[in-house]
Amino acid sequence: MTQHSTLTITNIRRPNSDTSESLTIENGLIKGWNLPEEGQTLDGNGATIVPAFIEPHAHLREPGQEQKEDLASGLAAAAAGGYGTVVSMPNTAPVVDDPAIVRALIDKAAALGFARLRPAAALTRGQDGEQLAELALLAEAGAAVFTDDGRTNENARTLRLGLEYAHSLGKVVSVHAEDAGLRAGGVMNEGPVSEALGLPGNPAAAETAHIARDIEICRMTGGRLHIQHLSTARALELVKAAKTQGVNITCEVCPHHLLLTDEALRSFDAVYKVAPPLRTQSDAQALLAGLKDGSVDCLATDHAPHTRAEKELDLLQAPSGIAYIEIAFPLLWTNFGAELGLQKIVELLTTDVARVLGWPVPSLEAGQPADFTLLDLETVRPVDPATFKSKAKFNPWVGQDLKGWPMLTVVDGQVAFERA
Amino acid sequence: MNALSSKPKHLLDFQDWSAERLNALLDNADTMMQVLDRPVKKVPALQGLTVCTVFFENSTRTRVSFELAARRMSADVVSFAAGASSVNKGESIRDTIEVLTAYKVDAFVVRHQAAGAAHLVARYSGKPVINAGDGRRAHPTQALLDAYTIRREFGTLEGKTVAIIGDVRHSRVARSNAELLPKLGAKVILCGPATLLPRELAAEGVTLTTDPREAVRNADAVMALRLQQERMDAGYVGSLQDYARVYQVNEDLLAFAPNEAVVLHPGPMNRDVEISSETADGPRSRILAQVENGQAVRMSTLYHLLVGRA
Ligand SMILES: [Zn+2]
Repeated sequence: MTQHSTLTITNIRRPNSDTSESLTIENGLIKGWNLPEEGQTLDGNGATIVPAFIEPHAHLREPGQEQKEDLASGLAAAAAGGYGTVVSMPNTAPVVDDPAIVRALIDKAAALGFARLRPAAALTRGQDGEQLAELALLAEAGAAVFTDDGRTNENARTLRLGLEYAHSLGKVVSVHAEDAGLRAGGVMNEGPVSEALGLPGNPAAAETAHIARDIEICRMTGGRLHIQHLSTARALELVKAAKTQGVNITCEVCPHHLLLTDEALRSFDAVYKVAPPLRTQSDAQALLAGLKDGSVDCLATDHAPHTRAEKELDLLQAPSGIAYIEIAFPLLWTNFGAELGLQKIVELLTTDVARVLGWPVPSLEAGQPADFTLLDLETVRPVDPATFKSKAKFNPWVGQDLKGWPMLTVVDGQVAFERA
Repeated sequence: MNALSSKPKHLLDFQDWSAERLNALLDNADTMMQVLDRPVKKVPALQGLTVCTVFFENSTRTRVSFELAARRMSADVVSFAAGASSVNKGESIRDTIEVLTAYKVDAFVVRHQAAGAAHLVARYSGKPVINAGDGRRAHPTQALLDAYTIRREFGTLEGKTVAIIGDVRHSRVARSNAELLPKLGAKVILCGPATLLPRELAAEGVTLTTDPREAVRNADAVMALRLQQERMDAGYVGSLQDYARVYQVNEDLLAFAPNEAVVLHPGPMNRDVEISSETADGPRSRILAQVENGQAVRMSTLYHLLVGRA
């Protein structure tokens, strides 16, 4: 980039500091703190500055399903949520298994000026789970990570080869871990609630059995494996144990698995249908404890937009997924701010994600890319779908009062979002 | 104000229904039975009202039972058979129900393959909804007619034991009975092979066993559940014969039951799979009585929701 703009943001605070400071950015980089004002000036109104969040797991639906979301709406939504970078999932139509698609997505997103896009590419051709995609060419085109998310890797040998090949390219393989046979037609967590409701259950063992297998394959290959949207207490125990034995494995947890349980399905509202499903209170508690003690590596929203018409179908027909990237931080800050603290929540959304993906650790020091967001940690606002940038204008928290709203998101020195 | 004053708006399941309200509905079915015994089987109770049966899943028997029940109360009846219309995968319940509501229908009777579908209809219609079976979740009028049949047999449900044998896992009839009968003072024993018997269904008044002899030992009523070929295909049982060997309700099994125990089946039957023909047609069988009672119970349900009492 060759813009020679200078911007100074005054009246901002770093986390856990009461000192009002100013930050100057120039040519997309951070120039320094508390320098003499120059260029354009913006009043931060006392907001708290943190590195822009990184979303390791979002479904932006382009190409092919733009009625649900597209790059413009999805990346604008991410910026509104304080995210500077988004890893998009490759289960689009067509699947992102071709280097040309990766390049096209990156170029298109860069021109939009919202959050930065780092597409994930499919591990296997057409996500068929059998034959590896062109991982080297995909990596060269800019693929951030390899995954068949949306599907599970049933063929263990393919996962083995994928881990080995990706590792030689310095890349992580991330997996949607659910045993297809055990999951069968399950549409919610299998347990007393699913039996009472008469809905087909998806047992915790569908996740844990698959993860146990993947751990052994990862151990054998020495590759880098990342478990997406881990949802059960027992799965976290397995990951913890594997880590202590030196297996190169990480995992992410989604806020909806912390905030909601299978009890929500008593409403028969398909907005609560997700995969893996909402589990029990004790699972949610174990995941929260895992965030605290570091056994969960990072947070991901698994932003998975669908049209409202699709979500108004019955629970058997409706697709899985919740979309809420725009309110992820306010949800976390409002519900877990006291328990986890600002520092920890921000790390789980920034430096921890970068570490999982093998990226440079973001910071707000001079010379670093100017990627940051300003948070209003105090003001309570209702979740108002009219303000959503995402095409999915509904989620379980509509109408709730939250605090911790992102006010300004800057990516590469450019304003990607400013709250009215 | 009494217990009857909190009148449920719908019959989706029994969550909002008190024992008093349920007993009143069953008491009223006695009156409806008298109507059915008259030469002219018609009363003007629902004159001017329109009942719409919406069957997203086929079930001619249940639909006919509801439609006759509504007609005998002088309601106008329209039926929307989604299977024969443009409704298929991808069309939402909401779209269908909003159109039918615009036709000024006064009540809906809904059958759907997905659990919770009747709740969605209630959410989108605003009119009284009777759940005529949603997935494997609930089939409340079937449970009411089962309860009514047993009550007519023994005069009460209090202290009675009902053994339900078969594919409990996929049975909305079993779930609804397990919800209803304990509310009315009866005990329920659910029985089947472990693959078809979810442990989570155990509750106050509901016990589980995989042993059919134990299930029937103290039973006042023994209900056989339909076992479909597709359960075999999906690996829940080795074969229908293998299942029948242990779990078929037949004279050999009933030898372990009390002499006065009666036999029920929600229909349609797979003769000589879950129930032997001999038993289905034998002196203990109340299977045809269930069908007759079903009409009275459905008349009473429509009356309760559309006209109301107390
Ligand atoms: Zn996934």
